[in-house]
Amino acid sequence: MKFVTVSGPPSTGKTSVLLRTIAELTRTGQKVGVVKFDCLSTSDDQVYAARGIPVRKGLSGAICPDHYFVSNVEEVVAWGEAQGLDMLLSESAGLCNRCSPHIKGVLAVCVVDNLSGVDTPRKIGPMLRSADIVTVTKGDIVSQAEREVFARGVSLANPRAMVLHVNGITGQGASELAALFLEAPEMDSIQGRKLRFSMPAASCSYCLGETRIGARYQQGNVRKMKMED
Amino acid sequence: MRDSEKDSGAGIVGVTGSGPAPRLTGAERIDSLTERYPFVMSFFADEEVDFADDLEWTLRESIQRHLAQNPQLGPGWERAFLDRLEAFIAQMMDFISEDASETISSVTVLAGHDKDGNPEPLPSFTLRPGDVLCLVGPTGSGKSRLLADIEWVASGDTPTGRRILLDGKAPDRSWRYDPQRKLVAQLSQNMHFVMDLGVGEFLGLHAQSRAGQQRSEYGELVERIWEAANQLAGEPFALDTPITSLSGGQSRALMIADTALLSRSPIVLIDEIENAGIDRRKALDLLIGGEKMVLMATHDPLLALYGDRRIVLGNGAMRAVITPSAAELANIRELRSMDARMMALRDRLRRGELLEEI
Repeated sequence: MKFVTVSGPPSTGKTSVLLRTIAELTRTGQKVGVVKFDCLSTSDDQVYAARGIPVRKGLSGAICPDHYFVSNVEEVVAWGEAQGLDMLLSESAGLCNRCSPHIKGVLAVCVVDNLSGVDTPRKIGPMLRSADIVTVTKGDIVSQAEREVFARGVSLANPRAMVLHVNGITGQGASELAALFLEAPEMDSIQGRKLRFSMPAASCSYCLGETRIGARYQQGNVRKMKMED
Repeated sequence: MRDSEKDSGAGIVGVTGSGPAPRLTGAERIDSLTERYPFVMSFFADEEVDFADDLEWTLRESIQRHLAQNPQLGPGWERAFLDRLEAFIAQMMDFISEDASETISSVTVLAGHDKDGNPEPLPSFTLRPGDVLCLVGPTGSGKSRLLADIEWVASGDTPTGRRILLDGKAPDRSWRYDPQRKLVAQLSQNMHFVMDLGVGEFLGLHAQSRAGQQRSEYGELVERIWEAANQLAGEPFALDTPITSLSGGQSRALMIADTALLSRSPIVLIDEIENAGIDRRKALDLLIGGEKMVLMATHDPLLALYGDRRIVLGNGAMRAVITPSAAELANIRELRSMDARMMALRDRLRRGELLEEI
């Protein structure tokens, strides 16, 4: 089974891009399944299911979603194998831009959109910087010059990645993305593989449910801003 | 999978660079690096590392100081930084070495089928540099689809089943997704900007994305584009005008000048140039001047006669190709004077004058 991790900020069009790409993959006879990770709620699993795509969803709730992803990825892969999938896609929204679900030896895709601002590719952090393919969406809304300026911003943040424009509404570019997915390596086991980027520690008292404000309630991993000039 | 592959990331890495990439050890001196690869300064600036004054230092010394000042970066940062720098240099070398020698001397469109699946009456057409081809036909006749097929370098995989040949051969797929290898610069109806930048700043970034030059070298180019745009637009704008506040006509003028003077793409696709407050004839002259192949969807009589040929579309199919006849060409002068009169009336209206006598 091939495995592809797909990440990106919320509302960039990950699900639309994947639906278009899965349609192309299905046409070539591939059996593709999706695991959707989100934080509080999602109905994207129903969107996949309505198209007959095997899907599981994971809601991280109070836990950091990328930490939740990595603690569950082994079971997710086992599910994909049990379903007899040719290809399993994980879709997760990067929320704080500090983590990345990308795994060494597993094709890594980041989805960003043209509307997010010229500096955004640099702000997104490891989920873009460590991706193999960066998919840029919503290109139909801006001029070609702006698309090119944005794509260069992506290349500066991650010179190694292939930058591909995909339109989630018309499907333009989806067949190319599907072709790239098919070049992903076959994966026999996920256990023992390594994340491409170590996830930052975030265990402070607030992670554990503290609600009161003040230094005396702060324990664990606490960093203070520099307020003086 | 072999062990050696396990730690190298996924299958598709390093697709962008095939140029002479140096393997950096960190022992390189900053001054020798900047001498060989002047563009690394912009990389340092983008990475927010302050190496500009470290000319006699080695890369490693500068990195060590940067790490000392930014302890949160962690131990893996040095190698990751060197890897990014290597990739950047490789990409830029690739970019620079790919000069004007990569020109396309012909583009051929092979027919597919119309909306009902019938073969297109016109079996093919070929464009060469300097050609201006107009597309005519009612809404829904397939003008935009034909432009999209060319932009996408269709290979029988679009709804029309058309195939595009470059220099008579089926092109390789990198035309579709390599940002440095754009076949087409499109002037679509969509001229929206969302970036929070001034005109000059935006053009500067665009020049960089196209040519990867130093700021000193593209400054003059930015001014030329801006001046040309102002000659096309009815209402002038400044270099520091935010691009998001440009009018429709100004945006279009800016993009036409940008396409004509900056783009290295051999083909320009234009979707309906007549719908904006700009000098269309000057615009077309500017675009043709760069020895480009121009395809233009238009119903403007003057522009249509400006074309060497025009293709008639209907029901999604290319139906016929028309070369302007001597009788048609004889009307160009009359059309020009009609056009000049309309332009003059627009100017008078703008100045608040009455149009009682025209």
